[in-house]
Amino acid sequence: MEQVIVNGLYLGAQYALIALGLTLIFALMNVLNFAHGQMYVIGGFLVYEIYGRMHWPFVVALFAAAATLAVIGGLLERFLFRTVIRRSLREESTMLLAAGVAYFLDAAILLLFGEKQHGVPKIVRGVFVSDNLIIPYDRVLVACLAILFIVAFVLMMQFTKPGRAMRAMAQDRVAAQLMGVPVEFYSLVGFALGAMLAGLVGGLLVTITGVNSGIGGPISIKAFTMVMIGGAGVVGGAILGGFILGMLESVGLSVLHSYGDITYLAIFVSLLIFLSIRPNGLMGKPWG
Amino acid sequence: MRPTAQALFAAVFAFVLLVIVPWAIRVTHHDDFYYTLSSVALLAIASGGVWLTFYIGRINIGQGAYALIGGYASAIFVVKAGLSFWIAMPLAGVVCALVSVAIGLPILRLRGVYFAMVTLVLTEVARLSALALPITNGAMGITEIPPPGPLGLFGFNLLPSFASFANRNQAFYFLCVVMMMLCFAALYRLVNSRVGRLFAALRQNEDLASSMGLNVPALRVLAYAISSFLGGVGGAIFAAIAQSVYPSSFTVADSINFMLNCFLGGLGYVFGPMLGTLVLYFGWDLLFQAGQYQLLIYSGVMIILMLVLPNGLLSLRFSRKKGA
Repeated sequence: MEQVIVNGLYLGAQYALIALGLTLIFALMNVLNFAHGQMYVIGGFLVYEIYGRMHWPFVVALFAAAATLAVIGGLLERFLFRTVIRRSLREESTMLLAAGVAYFLDAAILLLFGEKQHGVPKIVRGVFVSDNLIIPYDRVLVACLAILFIVAFVLMMQFTKPGRAMRAMAQDRVAAQLMGVPVEFYSLVGFALGAMLAGLVGGLLVTITGVNSGIGGPISIKAFTMVMIGGAGVVGGAILGGFILGMLESVGLSVLHSYGDITYLAIFVSLLIFLSIRPNGLMGKPWG
Repeated sequence: MRPTAQALFAAVFAFVLLVIVPWAIRVTHHDDFYYTLSSVALLAIASGGVWLTFYIGRINIGQGAYALIGGYASAIFVVKAGLSFWIAMPLAGVVCALVSVAIGLPILRLRGVYFAMVTLVLTEVARLSALALPITNGAMGITEIPPPGPLGLFGFNLLPSFASFANRNQAFYFLCVVMMMLCFAALYRLVNSRVGRLFAALRQNEDLASSMGLNVPALRVLAYAISSFLGGVGGAIFAAIAQSVYPSSFTVADSINFMLNCFLGGLGYVFGPMLGTLVLYFGWDLLFQAGQYQLLIYSGVMIILMLVLPNGLLSLRFSRKKGA
């Protein structure tokens, strides 16, 4: 049982970090970023190339992945999303654009990195063993780093000027603009930051699960699930949703495995029921 | 458009699809086009359903679920219950409509991105259920579905059994195209009826519509049920053409493509999904020569189209008219 809970916490920490980026972009621009999973994959492959193949230090690789994704996110916002939001009659058009970007990144990843599953050498060796608990040290490290990044992100959002500006924009974009917040600039920053978080968690997880070009879509769906559980566009909700999904997955895999591969079916069905009772998730604001 | 012009347009459209296209295919010996065009017609039917949910202001990324349910329902009716395809196909649509009423009543309370994400999850639920339920035969799927039998009405034989056709793909082509024309004619009629106006009112402001005395929950469930019916019919015919259905027959990618077809054609136009499906499907097929760059070019073109024409292909014609 302790093992199940620890696994859940470990999964939850990384899931929460994935959901944070998605919810940030949604909160600031009302864009559902279909390409989030692909950004995660790019982060993973960059770390694989720099740390796994070129044997540079892991920290350098992680930093490079985060910086690259931030640049990609910024460019996407500046040249694609901003233009389409301005020209389109309906807000939903950004979804087509996001789906197009997701396909594009998928194709680019496949061309650049191939279709093989890749792993990297462990960052820390050794396994922690006690009476009823087995945890590899690298998982502990990754979970701690994930929690560190989450805390840093929350502190940034709460106590710095850009953080305040972005929270104001999430509440009411027009009002924020009237108060003198440069909303276009902070949209760019927010998108870059969201993409950076995706790249960061991709780079962290490549050390444990490895990476292949096909996992982008499933990661996006998981991220959507977490955001729905917690409530779209709310930082606290994303973190909560991440930990809840991690826990559900861990418990489900251990309890339901005798009935076959139905953990995710059970999670999705209970999600549908939950959302029909509480449409905004746990902490969401009404109607996104 | 005046009624005479409408009828003329419809007649020309039907003539092109039923006479000119088959003739062109025979002259050029491109028999594989029958299959391609049948697929386009079926995907257009399902996309038409998605378009209707867009029309009431909901982003529907769950049509793949209903296409899958429709495919399985008709396959089970034909293989396990021994029904004729001609009964199983509409029944499959009805099954989907009933399922969508049960699911739609709660989830249609969600709006915007929330609804979109729930429908996306719905597609995954359908696929996982097809894998887990005993009646769907798991990952093996249902195979060797017999081709449609003879169609009779009041003792008259309207159509012989599909098995007796020399060119079965041609027969399916006619079936699909006729179904597509029927579905879109019905959609066009629906949108231009009183109910269609009410649907448009829902899109603009549900609270206001409710204050005018409209039964908003009933109307949006109605639209969603019609949408799912179309998805189910499309899926049912697809299963008949492929003679098999698997959990992976319709996935999240298909659901997203249905939505893209609507976007590309233009959300403001009934026939948008038809054009969008044709362009996207053929665009994809034509790019086959590009080999490994297929997806890259395809999505690149899609992004560029989105930048240049964010309101859909059909908006081109209308914006020009406005300027003139």
